[in-house]
Amino acid sequence: MSATAPRKDLAPPSAFLGYDPAPESRDVLRLRDSYGLFIDGEFVDGHGTPFTTISPASEERIAQIASADERDVDLAVAAARRAYERVWSKMSGGDRGKYLFRIARLIQERARELAVAESLDNGKPIKESRDVDVPLVAAWFFYYAGWADKLDYAGLGASPRSLGVAGQVIPWNFPLLMLAWKVAPALAAGNTVVLKPAETTPLTALLFAEIVQQAGLPAGVVNIITGAGATGAALVRHEDVDKIAFTGSTAVGRDIARAVAGTRKRVTLELGGKAANIVFDDAPIDQAIEGIVNGIFFNQGHVCCAGSRLLVQESVHDEVVERLKSRLTTLRLGDPLDKNTDIGAINSSEQLERIRRLSEIGEQEGAQRWSAPCELPAQGFWFAPTIFMGVTTSSTIAREEIFGPVLSVLTFRTPAEAIAKANNTPYGLSAGVWSDKGSKILAVADKLRAGVIWANTFNRFDPASPFGGYKESGYGREGGRHGLAAYLRGPEPIAALGRGKQGRGAK
Amino acid sequence: MHTGENAIVPAARAAALLGDELTDRALRSHLEGLPRVDAVGLEQRAAGLATRSIKNSSKRRALDTVISLIDLTTLEGADTPGKVRSLVAKARTPDASDLSTPRVAAVCVYGDMVATAIDALGALHGDPDDGRISVAAVATAFPSGRASLAVKLADTAEAVAAGADEIDMVIDRGAFLAGRYGQVFEQIVAVKDACARPDGSAASLKVILETGELATYDNVRRASWLAILAGADFIKTSTGKVSPAATLPVTLLMLEVVRDWHRLMGERIGVKPAGGIRTSKDAIRYLVTVAETVGEEWLQPHLFRFGASSLLNDVLLQRQKLASGGYSGPDYVTID
Repeated sequence: MSATAPRKDLAPPSAFLGYDPAPESRDVLRLRDSYGLFIDGEFVDGHGTPFTTISPASEERIAQIASADERDVDLAVAAARRAYERVWSKMSGGDRGKYLFRIARLIQERARELAVAESLDNGKPIKESRDVDVPLVAAWFFYYAGWADKLDYAGLGASPRSLGVAGQVIPWNFPLLMLAWKVAPALAAGNTVVLKPAETTPLTALLFAEIVQQAGLPAGVVNIITGAGATGAALVRHEDVDKIAFTGSTAVGRDIARAVAGTRKRVTLELGGKAANIVFDDAPIDQAIEGIVNGIFFNQGHVCCAGSRLLVQESVHDEVVERLKSRLTTLRLGDPLDKNTDIGAINSSEQLERIRRLSEIGEQEGAQRWSAPCELPAQGFWFAPTIFMGVTTSSTIAREEIFGPVLSVLTFRTPAEAIAKANNTPYGLSAGVWSDKGSKILAVADKLRAGVIWANTFNRFDPASPFGGYKESGYGREGGRHGLAAYLRGPEPIAALGRGKQGRGAK
Repeated sequence: MHTGENAIVPAARAAALLGDELTDRALRSHLEGLPRVDAVGLEQRAAGLATRSIKNSSKRRALDTVISLIDLTTLEGADTPGKVRSLVAKARTPDASDLSTPRVAAVCVYGDMVATAIDALGALHGDPDDGRISVAAVATAFPSGRASLAVKLADTAEAVAAGADEIDMVIDRGAFLAGRYGQVFEQIVAVKDACARPDGSAASLKVILETGELATYDNVRRASWLAILAGADFIKTSTGKVSPAATLPVTLLMLEVVRDWHRLMGERIGVKPAGGIRTSKDAIRYLVTVAETVGEEWLQPHLFRFGASSLLNDVLLQRQKLASGGYSGPDYVTID
């Protein structure tokens, strides 16, 4: 397959030490030429027109992917329903936990393969897929595996019940990690799932389907259907789905909320963000610079909780910007599979177009644009790390989510102004506070309306920590004990409790 | 009691930054006004730099660079003229099986061994920029620094008189931890003076902070600034006699100070991690950290050194492996 040949034109520019290319070997990856839908424990053909998934770094074809239409969605939901009623909801929590532990171990065993596949399909640097995404995926399964037989302690009262069939739609920015965030708690709580990965990044979900087979998970407990937006819409609207979990754009999230309104379906939405990263003049400056870089350039800024608005105290603005520019010139953009790459490819031409358009608007509105001097490869989708100075709260680039490696720099004078500006957004997913003064951090964090607030760090994730948004960033929490609540219902009044165990999440 | 207006003997750099009328209070408020260090973030950055993957010709270049930056060191109570001559022989010809191997930058010995080292080097004694080898001497009651200033200055002057090109002094950690920054400062200034030779030139001064005893990153940043303000040509992590010795986060932090000083004053200060760097892999991580923090121009003997003894042989093994394709073994490199 052409996509597995080494590529020379993506060699990084010869900067310091002129690091020679250090590509991660693709030999670990044994891809099929085409992938079907994973329904009822088997790969089957889809009824829709298949599509190809490409590497955004080279635009080369990786594999052909089946597309699920409404009939396929029906089959997948029916399989999930059967598995729920016959097997999974009746299984003890301890046994469900064993399956989840097995999946977690298989993910660790196949970690390199998954990392390579993720970088190939998504465009993210291998150092991130290898050191962040895949280890977190395993951690998520291990964490929720441990919860499977302890649901009585999830804070929902004794013997909480699972919901049934969960329809899950995930984005392309962290394909496998978002799958883990969705699948692990759902299965631990006793639900079965039908999951639709994003159209541009189906690969690792399909490798996960192989892991599910390898783990001997009962057929139908996990179903993976690939396709475009229509497939997701069919899943969301399907009558027999009890729960919808979605991570993605606020626009699609709104459609989903409308579609499920008035139905019995429960829904959790994890949507966009425009996080403020607040740097006070007493911040540990060198680490704050790293945090700003990590906040917005991690995963090419394709992060819903990215620190895309830098709020820096005016008294240190010039120094911070100077240090930031100097740091950005050391970032290495190029082949995502090179172990020394810091900035990979933009996931799709559509996304690249959006980033370009919003950046042009930024310039037109008078902000000063500065991009790191790096050579962009001729093939593939690329955007140099960029910062905009002189951005105001009314600027388009300070209000709209760009979802790319573009940072808007704003200033503030006092903590109160920082808080007001940070909160002045329709979103509320995350925020960062940088100061060496603990009392200030706590006082500011207390007033920020965001689901996650990082102090002197950014973009750190842990399965034990709940994650989710305020306002237009969505509702519901994923991760931690709170993440279980999205897949469980508390006990009904005692009189209504039947003797049967069907539908019980825990034993 | 140490925050008074006690005048401190000024030094050129401190005067340029803090004014001619240097006082204890001015020095203290400068050091305490430095931005703090977030330990978690610093260590995370260092760990990130350590994941760089150096291959092929980059690796060959890196290994040669490491050798050319080594201060080949013997600092034992049991050092004899024979041991020092053997060390010098190793410095002159690191790998007898490959004469294209670069030479180390310097040999580092106790003050009383300087004459022996110079004698053994013969015509090769000189500036590493000219392909020669310098002689560095530890001084100032190394490693503890627990002696009177007079003793420290005599120690330094003797080594310089014996021909040492570089003096590796230790700071008074006790005074630093007690908050007597002015005292530490004045001692460095005095030792710097003692490095002067009658002909007007001076031995290069490396100031050892002994970061393992300073314990916190905030202290390391303050001590680095203090040493630079007092006139250090190099700031050096450790004596090698205290654990932990050099670590990547500490070295990164010191490089950040040096970068900030350069940005502020346009002057380049050297950095020397010493102790505990034993493998090529480790050493290459330091090179990456230098290159990505202060720039590749710092990778030259007047701006960066490794204080090490066993590192050299590991680099030679790696070098032989690159040339032959197979690992040889410890019997294929010479012990010094």
